[in-house]
Amino acid sequence: MSTQPRYQERELKVVGTRPLRPDGVDKVTGRARYGADISLPGQLIGKVLRSPHAHARIKSIDTSLAAALPGVKAIVTRDDFADMPEEYAAAGELTINFRDVTRNMMAREKVLYDGHPLAAVAATSESIAREALKLIRVEYEILPHVIDVIAAMQPDAPLLHEEQYTVGVNPRPARPSNLAKRLEFKLGDVEAGFSRAELIIEREFNTKPVHQGYIEPQACLASYTEDGQAELWTSTQGHFVFRAQCAKLLQMEISKIRVTPTEIGGGFGGKNNIYNEPLAIALSKKSHRPVKMVMTREEVFRATGPTSGGNVKVKLGATRAGRITAATAELSFQAGAFPGSSVAPASMCAFTRYDIPNVRVVGHDVTVNRPKVAAYRAPGAPIAAFAVESVIDEMAKKLGIDPIEFRLRNAAKEGTQTYYGPKLGAIGYIQTLEAARAHPHYSAPLGPDQGRGVATGFWFNIGNETTAALNINEDGTVALMMGTIDVAGGSRAAMAMMVAEELGIPVDRVRPHIGDTSSLGFNFITAGSRGTFAGGMACVVAAREAIEKLRSRAAGIRDVPLEAVVWKDGHACPAEDGARQFAPLSLADIARLAGKTGGPISGHAELNVQGAGPGFGAHIVDVEVDRQTGSIKILRYTAVQDVGRAIHPAYVEGQLQGGVVQGIGWALNEEYVYDADGILANPGFLDYRVPVASDLPFIDTFIVEVPNPNHPYGVRGCGEVPIIAPLAAIANAVENALGIRFCDLPLSPPKVLQGMDEAAAGGD
Amino acid sequence: MTKHHVSATVNGDAVEFLCDSQETLLEVLRDELRLNGTKEGCGTGDCGACSVMLDGRLVCSCLVLGVEAEGRSIETIEGMAVGRELHVLQRKFLEHAALQCGICTPGILIAARALLERKPDPTEAEVRCGLAGNLCRCTGYHKIVEAVLDAAREMRGQG
Repeated sequence: MSTQPRYQERELKVVGTRPLRPDGVDKVTGRARYGADISLPGQLIGKVLRSPHAHARIKSIDTSLAAALPGVKAIVTRDDFADMPEEYAAAGELTINFRDVTRNMMAREKVLYDGHPLAAVAATSESIAREALKLIRVEYEILPHVIDVIAAMQPDAPLLHEEQYTVGVNPRPARPSNLAKRLEFKLGDVEAGFSRAELIIEREFNTKPVHQGYIEPQACLASYTEDGQAELWTSTQGHFVFRAQCAKLLQMEISKIRVTPTEIGGGFGGKNNIYNEPLAIALSKKSHRPVKMVMTREEVFRATGPTSGGNVKVKLGATRAGRITAATAELSFQAGAFPGSSVAPASMCAFTRYDIPNVRVVGHDVTVNRPKVAAYRAPGAPIAAFAVESVIDEMAKKLGIDPIEFRLRNAAKEGTQTYYGPKLGAIGYIQTLEAARAHPHYSAPLGPDQGRGVATGFWFNIGNETTAALNINEDGTVALMMGTIDVAGGSRAAMAMMVAEELGIPVDRVRPHIGDTSSLGFNFITAGSRGTFAGGMACVVAAREAIEKLRSRAAGIRDVPLEAVVWKDGHACPAEDGARQFAPLSLADIARLAGKTGGPISGHAELNVQGAGPGFGAHIVDVEVDRQTGSIKILRYTAVQDVGRAIHPAYVEGQLQGGVVQGIGWALNEEYVYDADGILANPGFLDYRVPVASDLPFIDTFIVEVPNPNHPYGVRGCGEVPIIAPLAAIANAVENALGIRFCDLPLSPPKVLQGMDEAAAGGD
Repeated sequence: MTKHHVSATVNGDAVEFLCDSQETLLEVLRDELRLNGTKEGCGTGDCGACSVMLDGRLVCSCLVLGVEAEGRSIETIEGMAVGRELHVLQRKFLEHAALQCGICTPGILIAARALLERKPDPTEAEVRCGLAGNLCRCTGYHKIVEAVLDAAREMRGQG
């Protein structure tokens, strides 16, 4: 078992530079193969029948007419899948229960949302498959539904799960309810803390569910053979976890499923979960043909993702001197049709930027008749931060303290006790805030109807099971096999750079590949910004193992003791203070002789990576409000973030810019809209409006580097933090422009106009 | 159902294919001609991932029927590089890190080339408006706009 190397300050040649990404040429020429680009001879097309109701009991499903349609080769329904007992497993930052996973994949007793799968058909063409779906007869008993999280918590609310008794309440409630779980975190004595406060602010906030919005719809291809082996190609953030889940749901041995991840056309947490994969395997098994399933955009909106909508109540108390004495929050999150929202991480993130002695946070995980939520980039944290950072802003204003100064006076630092457990390690929140305050953006002048807002974000980042292997090729080049997915951000480039740095060779001599599930040991989902942190750790450990072998081979070739050989700049060299001098051997020299000195040279790492470094961001935004239309224009945006170390700064900037713009969409435009029957009214990019190029200015970035002591290059992970702060930063900027505090998102033009009208009429 | 026989030119090559009346040009390109570089992000003309040139005009190929290609000329991402020589825009996208997952990239490159043919010296705002029909969820567009402006500069220098 390898021990994890810690951070070492040293001179760097590759890390911190900006080489071209190894996957780049394939992506600009159309060669890159995504989920829908993989085909097999003889493949069938699979399509899913989905519920047209928000909530209904399934009385019967009759597939006989569909089965008789020429060209239809297989149909699966609930009868083709074993029921699963309650069994929990980790999936990214969220937890899944197989009892629910099998029901979300294919409805059993009831349909629980518009879009819930009921049956799947494999046919010789897509048009025949669609025709067959129309011939499936389903008899429903339509039930009352509930969409809103607060309504779902009322005693008389329509009940999704008759056996769901709130977890985390003692004694167990007498009646089942939609409140799946209550959790609570406590530190100190909040009552005493509030009694010391000289100013207390209490506010309530609401956010709408938003979709991850990856441009590539889910797509997979499965081939099941007569000897019971399955191959699966799919667009996923976690091919090993998909394999495990398919094996469980289909009651297969893990060794009989091989999953090859395709290029992924965006994930953002939304491709942590299986949807069509087990259906495709089951249809392939039944039809004896490969089966390809590609979702439509409408299916993506109706049945995958989104993130929770939330209701958050915040109370904050502070002294006149600007020291926060107590804080409480109550977060109620829509989990969708099955329990398991991001309310737990959101609760843990809510105040974890501040050193507050007295904190209480209560979280509610609530089932509603919407699709089961999925992780979305720092799951839950933006919702919590929108509420807390809005109140922090209001408090700073009422105390007459600059908002960054107020945050600095209360900032978390190394040793700060969190209210959810550990003390914080070496973090860079203060450095991030100071960099934001010093940025020219923060003191630039503003015009009429313009306002500036600030907000900050915190995310844990994670490690977990990670493997890597690298093979020294005969000519001294390197094939690097990694087990984490390059979820778009360029982690293949980052891994190759770290390996090149270790080996002392140019980065273009290292070719990174993402291994299928049979080529490496288990890797956890690429979530929690762990790709470059944990994946990089595995690559470094594998490289160092290879270096040990290279030294040993060199010692043999030069007939010197191992300790006389050091690895430097891609060469086995004599130790500087060593007695035995010899002519250095290059990596290529040793590789060429490998066959005569003991065989091929490789390095491996099989780790459960620990020591993820939390990331902090501070954002500054300028907005201009159009008083005629209520439209908000983003004039200028600056994202400052401690990333530990930027392995490839351009790709880190890209993560910050992309995360910020997703946050801007969340703040201004994006929302799931349901009609009175609980049917999604905007399942397309026309009515679900993600930001387009003309909505935006350039997004300035400023990278702070406070190394994570638990990573050889100091990496923290950077992809999630940037989506956290924009919601509050923009709301704070609008408040600064108009003097109106908006507590509900999105800040769409009608809502802003209504807010201005109410303010003009003398309302609060 | 009888299929239609269609003759067209794709990236300068004569092609023939059979397609159903309801089949889109996008489906024809991907499924019949096996040109997978053109992507489907929405199928409703809202995301621009399937952008191609049809007789020199930028279109969403998901909104064009396969039969409409009869006698016409189509240009896709597969025809953008000339031999081993990447188009300036392709090279600038790599140099500026203007792509992440890459699923929108073929469509954006096609749209950007169409924009620069129309406006060789665009302002930032013109680039942003010119690409407003192409969704990218990864990059926030920052590096895409920089890459297009830089490509325009280089192309003007060459021209």
